[in-house]
Amino acid sequence: MKIAVCVKRVPDTETRIKVGADGASIDEAGVKFILNPFDEFAVEEALQRREKAGAGEVVIVTLGSDAAAETIRTALAMGADRGVLLKAERIPPDGLAIAQALAAELRGGGYDLILFGKVAVDDYNHQVGTMTAELLGLPCVTAAVKLEIADGSVTAEREVEGGLEVVGCALPAVITCDKGLNTPRYPALKGIMAAKKKPIETRAAALGPVRMSVKSLGLPPDRKEGRIVGEGPDAVSELVRLLRQEAKVL
Amino acid sequence: MARILAVCETKNGALRKVSREAVAAARALAAAMGASVDAIVLGAGTPETAGLGEAGADRVLVASHDSFDRYAPDGYAATIAAQAKDGYAAVVLAATASGKDLGPRLAVQLDAPLAMDVTALAVEGGKVVATRPVYAGKAIQQVVLDGPPALVAIRPNTFAPVAAGKAGVVQSVAAQTGTVRVRVKELKAAEQGALDVGEASIVVSGGRGMKGPEHFHLIEELAKAFGNAAVGASRAVVDAGWRPHGEQVGQTGKTVSPQLYIAVGISGAIQHLAGMRTAKVIVAINKDRDAPIFKVADYGIVGDAFEILPLLAEAIRKARAG
Ligand SMILES: Cc1cc2nc3c(=O)[nH]c(=O)nc-3n(C[C@H](O)[C@H](O)[C@H](O)COP(=O)(O)OP(=O)(O)OC[C@H]3O[C@@H](n4cnc5c(N)ncnc54)[C@H](O)[C@@H]3O)c2cc1C
Ligand SMILES: Nc1ncnc2c1ncn2[C@@H]1O[C@H](COP(=O)(O)O)[C@@H](O)[C@H]1O
Repeated sequence: MKIAVCVKRVPDTETRIKVGADGASIDEAGVKFILNPFDEFAVEEALQRREKAGAGEVVIVTLGSDAAAETIRTALAMGADRGVLLKAERIPPDGLAIAQALAAELRGGGYDLILFGKVAVDDYNHQVGTMTAELLGLPCVTAAVKLEIADGSVTAEREVEGGLEVVGCALPAVITCDKGLNTPRYPALKGIMAAKKKPIETRAAALGPVRMSVKSLGLPPDRKEGRIVGEGPDAVSELVRLLRQEAKVL
Repeated sequence: MARILAVCETKNGALRKVSREAVAAARALAAAMGASVDAIVLGAGTPETAGLGEAGADRVLVASHDSFDRYAPDGYAATIAAQAKDGYAAVVLAATASGKDLGPRLAVQLDAPLAMDVTALAVEGGKVVATRPVYAGKAIQQVVLDGPPALVAIRPNTFAPVAAGKAGVVQSVAAQTGTVRVRVKELKAAEQGALDVGEASIVVSGGRGMKGPEHFHLIEELAKAFGNAAVGASRAVVDAGWRPHGEQVGQTGKTVSPQLYIAVGISGAIQHLAGMRTAKVIVAINKDRDAPIFKVADYGIVGDAFEILPLLAEAIRKARAG
């Protein structure tokens, strides 16, 4: 099985966001970057599929600056075979522009399966995987929490309001991965060493036209200072009174 | 006159609440642009259209197809794209599970930019400006969309359905199946009566402070006392296998904006806060006075969840009965 996994370099989820001087992006000084957590599920899924099949190749594709090579290395350390860095000075806010570059790279690559994360935890665009599939004319199941592949067909489950949707399609297919699909492995020391020798190709990203621009970035309004109603069981009746009379939610 | 298309989802033939919100958002855009609003309703048989005119639609377009009794990704996308190509300035849909799947497909078919999970809309210089939370709600971004059309998927529960309009004209439009590549084969309903944590107006969540899955009945009983509350969970308890994934609130779980969120035995890690900080009212019950959850909670009780939960459930039951 030949599998591609598209991954994004994003700020660590612990990061405290500071707005940059341009008022439209974050101040990256001191920010630690990680492999997008949802992409970890995608990498893990690809590795498990390759292991189960006993053969195949897992290719990591990322679009970003030179620094994104480090994100590819993380996935290689988990066990992927090689990487492709599509170089762009800045990752545009328009998901369609990114998807066009990824589709151009993946088209004709002979992949049986192309995996994405459900969403990137920086821009929360929630779109690049599905757009890439649509551009490639491939079936796409989004936000999969369960995936079965047999005889060239895919059965996946996705969470929807009030239940689970069971979705089917044929291979080759694009799947965007949600938490619950698997438990990503940590790169072992051996994997980290091996990753240093694995190949990463770099070429310029063929971005599509960018039709979404960031006008401003700001911090959300602080929640107003809360209060401790009291300690222990004695506080219960006061809490209920406040919920009813002050907050009016009862 | 410019036109805005609002996409309306149905469930078992009935309009989802969020569909009226999409129409309300489209109405707001239309007012700023001097445009009119068409609502397109997808479903099987004769899907409900009641109240869409009152909610702000000038015209209601019904696309009915047997395969639209449940979400049909390729058919929905083909049908809406065919309509939207007819000179619309913007298309508004809801960022539900199906809307998040549908939006990017439409964006490709219409070759247009898509803003996901939008919480406010404006028009500046003829262009749609969308406000949306990014970095797990730690920042708010405003993006300018270069349409036409501009695609926006609104966050549920953020655009209040308006009720000021008139009855809209209802007409049918052709449903298309598109190239069917993906089939929704089955919908496995959650446990009878269980409310989705993302949709409920009250959420009671438990964390590691509940000590084990066998104690979550205390959380469930409090939820039941409210009558209409859903049960949520922190990632720690989901990863431990105490609760199902669907209940997880936070950065890698669901984002919720209920009227009332009660966090019990949850410390308030930044990734948990990302999922619930937009709740209208937050209550925290934690035995550690210094737990970070108290920094965002409107009301806190410092104490042992095992003592407090049964008393609180009882008090809520009484308050609601009286
Ligand atoms: C990439 C990434 C993504 C993540 N995504 C999420 C996410 O989506 N959602 C999420 O929740 N977390 C997420 N996390 C995990 C998060 O960092 C925390 O580890 C997690 O939220 C902690 O869960 P908790 O509050 O239940 O447990 P703890 O932090 O262990 O807190 C337990 C709390 O219970 C209190 N307590 C103990 N006993 C009692 C008692 N008897 N009565 C009352 N209180 C008591 C304690 O004082 C403590 O505050 C993520 C982490 C990472 C790295
Ligand atoms: N710059 C990028 N390079 C490679 N993959 C990306 C990039 N941006 C997004 N993706 C993929 O698309 C998924 C969804 O991203 P988004 O649409 O930005 O939320 C991510 O989880 C990645 O798998």
